[in-house]
Amino acid sequence: MDVITRTVDVKGQSCPGPLVALARALKEAHTGDLFELLATDPGSRSDVPSWAEISGNELLEAEVLDDGSFRYVIRRVV
Amino acid sequence: MSTTATTETELETTSLADLLQRVEVLEAEQAKQIKKKNKLTIIAWGGNLDQIWPTTILATTAAASGMESSVFFTFWGLFAIVKPEVRITGDNWMQKMMSVMNPGSAQKAKLSRYHFAGAGPAMFKKLAQDHQVATPDELIALANDLGVRLIPCQMTMDLLGLNRDDLIDGLEEPIGAATALAEMRDAAVSLFI
Repeated sequence: MDVITRTVDVKGQSCPGPLVALARALKEAHTGDLFELLATDPGSRSDVPSWAEISGNELLEAEVLDDGSFRYVIRRVV
Repeated sequence: MSTTATTETELETTSLADLLQRVEVLEAEQAKQIKKKNKLTIIAWGGNLDQIWPTTILATTAAASGMESSVFFTFWGLFAIVKPEVRITGDNWMQKMMSVMNPGSAQKAKLSRYHFAGAGPAMFKKLAQDHQVATPDELIALANDLGVRLIPCQMTMDLLGLNRDDLIDGLEEPIGAATALAEMRDAAVSLFI
């Protein structure tokens, strides 16, 4: 089973904060590393998949947690 | 039997040569076409808060998505990259008057609607703070950090009497319209804001 390398908590932040934080975290990582992104921005539901598509990284999981926040698992590909 | 075989071979040879020639023509045509890069170019023309804001949001998001990103600041947009501490700029009364009417830096940018003598932008920034949205001046610093190319327009600088020292640090060398067009020409996304 793959292990999450790092959790990026951007709860409370709005566009473009979450993606910038994610991009920064990814920059410090290795190819293949798994990231968990925790967000409250409803815009992230469309923004995270779009970001993955543009940047060429892989979105593995996207879910709404019990508290209404969002959780994404991303694999660094590039 | 053998005659038929020869004819078929001849046919194949002819169609192959024909095909190769067509590929060659297509390749030559393709070479002439403009190749679009995974790149965003924004012409930042407007200096209003509600223009500089989306400009800086898009430019930083593009950079965070691994796209090349460049912003060309011209006309009113140029005032957004004036240093906040710079008051009056220009060499003559017209340029000086212009700088008084358009205080520099993104911090002092006005709203195009509901400005209400500065109350509008103050409310906007309060809302942004509550929603943890970075302000344009923070986004410009972030853009610099993320490798967004921030490029001032030489002609507007001359026209408004703005010197390189009046502008914030981290900018690229000023360029003209042709270079701005070249920036837009190979960008998959080009915007005029």
